[in-house]
Parts: sequence; C-alpha cells; structure tokens
Amino acid sequence: MDLAGKEVAVHGETGAWTGALRQFDYWWTVFKRTWRAGVISSFVAPLFYVVAMGVLLGGFIEADPDQLEGATSYLAFIVPGLVASHAMQIAVGETTYPVMGAIKWHKTYYAMLATPLQVRDLVNANLGFVMFRVASACAVFMLVLAPFGVFESWWGPVLAWVSQVLVGMCFASLVFAYTVRMRSEEGFGVLYRLGVVPLTLFSGAFFPIANLGPVLEWVARLTPLWHGVNLSRMFSLDTVDWPLAAVNVLVLVALTAVGWRLSVTGLAKRLES
Amino acid sequence: MITARGLRKSFGAFEAVKGIDVDVRRGEAFGFLGPNGAGKSSTMRMIAAVSPITGGELRILGMDPDHDGPTIRGRLGVCPQEDTLDNELNVFDNLYIYGRYFGLPKALVRERADQLLEFVQLTEKRKAKVEDLSGGMKRRLTIARSLINSPDLLLLDEPTTGLDPQARHLLWDQLFRLKHAGVTLVLTTHYMDEAEQLCDRLVVMDKGLIVAEGSPRELIEKHSTREVAELRFGVGHNETGAERVADLGERIEALPDRVLVYSDDGEEVIAKAHERGLEPAAVLVRRSTLEDVFLALTGRTLVD
Repeated sequence: MDLAGKEVAVHGETGAWTGALRQFDYWWTVFKRTWRAGVISSFVAPLFYVVAMGVLLGGFIEADPDQLEGATSYLAFIVPGLVASHAMQIAVGETTYPVMGAIKWHKTYYAMLATPLQVRDLVNANLGFVMFRVASACAVFMLVLAPFGVFESWWGPVLAWVSQVLVGMCFASLVFAYTVRMRSEEGFGVLYRLGVVPLTLFSGAFFPIANLGPVLEWVARLTPLWHGVNLSRMFSLDTVDWPLAAVNVLVLVALTAVGWRLSVTGLAKRLES
Repeated sequence: MITARGLRKSFGAFEAVKGIDVDVRRGEAFGFLGPNGAGKSSTMRMIAAVSPITGGELRILGMDPDHDGPTIRGRLGVCPQEDTLDNELNVFDNLYIYGRYFGLPKALVRERADQLLEFVQLTEKRKAKVEDLSGGMKRRLTIARSLINSPDLLLLDEPTTGLDPQARHLLWDQLFRLKHAGVTLVLTTHYMDEAEQLCDRLVVMDKGLIVAEGSPRELIEKHSTREVAELRFGVGHNETGAERVADLGERIEALPDRVLVYSDDGEEVIAKAHERGLEPAAVLVRRSTLEDVFLALTGRTLVD
C-alpha cells in the first residue's frame, strides 16, 4: 500500500465555505447521535409551556388587545415570545458545554486544527450546526402551534421563524465567544442565572414590557432577546411596525457579527498559543 | 523538509524554546530528546503549524507556517501526545471523518481508512467504540488517523509513552515500515531505547536549547566513552570506592547502589581495581548507551 504521500492532492488554503463544509460529515454524525434527545428538549418541553402557560394559565387572563401588543388572546401573545426565547435557550445550550467539551474534554478542536482547517472554519461549522438546530426546532414548534389559531397571516409566521433563527444566531455567536474564554464550566452558572433566566423572564416573552414601568421598559428594550421577541410577535400578529422591525433586525445582525468576530479571535487565542 | 534558524517560543515571560537550529532531511527519522520541560512539545507544535513562532525562522516543506499553515498541515500527519480521538465515534468513523477534513473524496477516504486499519492491525475493531480500545490500540488508531492524507512528514509526540512493551514494539515495527516506505518521521521521546531504535539523527534538548546533535552512534562517541564499568561496592561503600577508582576512567559517577566508570576499556578498569585490592560485590562491563549521553548532558536532577 502507499503509505507515503504521492497520489493524493490535498488542498490547503480554502475558502470560508469549503472549510466549513469539510466538517459536514462530522456534524452529521453529531446530529444522528443527538437528535432523539433534541426532540424532547426542542419540541416536547416547549409544548408543555404553551399548554400550561398559554392555554391553561392564559385562560384566566382577559385583556384588551391594546394591552397585549395587539394579540387577541394571551395564548396568541405568549406563543411568538416563547418560541423566540426557546431559540435563545437552544443556542445557549449548544454553545456552552458542547463547545467547552470540544476544547477541554474531548479535544475535538485540537484534532481538527491539525488538519488544513482553520479556526474560522471551526467556528463557522459549529455555528452552522447550531443554526440548523435552532431553525429545525423553531420550524416544528411553529407548525405544531399553527392549529391553535394564533397566527394572523400565512407569511407572518415564516418571517417570525426567520427572526427566531436570527435570535438563535445572535446568542450562539455571543455565547460561543464567552465560552472560548472560559477556563472552567463554573462560568456557565453565572451565564444562566444572570443572563438566560432574567432575559427569558423580563424580555417581553411572558408579558408586555410596558408593564415594567418606563425605566425598566427601556432596559428591556436594550436586551437582544427583546428585539427577537418583538420581531417574532409583530410578524405573528401581523402588527408590523417596519422601521422598528428594521432596527430589531439591525441590532440582532450587528450583535451576531460582533459575536462571530470575538469567537474567532478568542478561539484562535485559546488553541493556537 | 524542516529548517529552523534561531527558532524561539515564549509564553508570556517564560521562554520555552530559546533559539534552536534544526534541519530535517527527506526520508530520515529525526528525534527530539530531552527531559520534561525541555521545549520538545513546543517545538513540535510550531512544526505542526498550529503554534505561531515567537522569533527566528522556520520553514516546513519549504513554506512559512505563518502564511501557509493550512497548506503545510495538509501535507503533515500529526500524532499528538494526548489522544484526540473522538470517543463518541467508532474506529472507522474516526478515520473517515478526519480524512474528510482534508477535503479528500469520500470513496478515497473509505478505501484508505480500511487500508490503514489493516496496517495498524485494527481491522477487527472497525466498528468498535474508541472508548473500548486499549491504550495501545488507541495509539495505533491515532497513527492510522495521522496517515489518512498520505503525509510527507509524520510528527509523533512521545508516541509510546504509557504503552506496555508489546504495544511499544508493535508500534516501532510500524514506524519502521513507514520510514522504509519513504515517510519522513519526526518524533519526540524521553525513551533512549526508542531513540536508538528509530532515529537516524537526533538532537538533545535541555532548558529550551539544543545541547547535542548527531546520530545515536556519533552522540555516544562524542559525549561518552565506548564502555562503562559498573562496580557495586555495597550500600554505604560506593562513595569511598569511587574515590579509589577515580583516576581509572574519563569520568566517574557514584550512585547510591553502584559506581559508574566511563572508559574505553571496561575490563581494564576492573582489572586495575582488583590490583588495588578492591573487591566490589558485583561488576559489569557494558557498552555506552544513549541513556549515558542523555544523563551526562541533561543531568540526573529531576525536572518537573
């Protein structure tokens, strides 16, 4: 057999897409291994939320559509927000422990970097996988919710879904950048307690942020999740304020770009010392 | 294949590699020897084009790792000190997925993966989980993985550390076959027998510098005597014994259990010792080994 290098032309420097695509087989096996667990956390658990909070708890809530940002029922109000915050939670889950594992415990990234792949390719492929996870989970979630009669148009939910994916990417890239700078998993406790939980509760997913009072309402408006919740809800309820939507999209895209940049620099510093 | 001039690597204030010159030629097996912390692994990581150099000059396969890192890595095989196999994947998939990172076509990777499993004698474990493999099997799989792209240059960082003698010898056989197939090998080790077995040329590193360079034979000739006489005077008597034979060799070492006399003629040392009325409990004459060179150059003090 030919143990010495002769016949195979190995391509070195690659474009941004080629590098990420070469990891397709790897992420495909990760998906095949984890999708069953993903079904539970992605679809079943949030469905319980919708039933418990939207249908059962929401049954006690009777409010004027003006107070519910245009929603005709509490269920219709809460659903777009729940899916958006769910997108955030999937993204955070996929970019905390799994990313630390690839650096620290399984050393997957080290093995990858010994090949022509570059740090940039690792980040792109990993975030690409998270995007797929978020997009598929939110798509199924939205389809399951359609029969509840909470959407006001056919195209609105599609754009709402796109904005949920955007929320996911925003958090995935920011948290990825955070994780690659963490030495131990203790930092994740802080992230969840001071980041994920308060954002979930106070970014307008469960109640209109107007209820927070003028000062806290503005604080809520500064959080990335609110921009996603707002987009998701405006599209779902067909109450789109286009200039505001543009601001929401711009904020999410800008934060994603910043997070991506910090992820690449942070991971390079960590792995290529 | 590799040229380094004044190569340096610092981590903050700590200088791991303090300016070394290295030349590795095509087809040879080249070794970096040294105690822990000598800078071997830092040097290997720079050669693997994953760790930027701090100073000096480094060319790998004629290319600059700063600019051509991915291209260089495409032609290298890397067998790291710590296994970086994917425990979640089976044996075959570890090879297959790694091969895909090089942009090799699927069919080709599958074919090579099976050939390599044959080569490292893991064909029967093709579908086994990596977790269930022994240490020796994991190391062989790592070597198979490092060969998936038919590399021009294979880097092995302490390839047999932690393996039992059977596993080590099997691995040596395989590395020997690779060398004969024309693969240039660069390895680090702190096992002298390994270096003697495998390396055509080697450098001894200590505290970030190269302290000796040459073939195992040359190093022994240059830094040690042809033979070593070992005299055991019994516990507590070795120090005094050493003083009385001090002039018989080029160099003397008194250890707690024995006295080493470095000389080109060991038998003569023992004969003269007997003439002086010394009666060591046991004597032994042996050829100098690389281990003698190593200890002479890097000392017996433990560095950790």
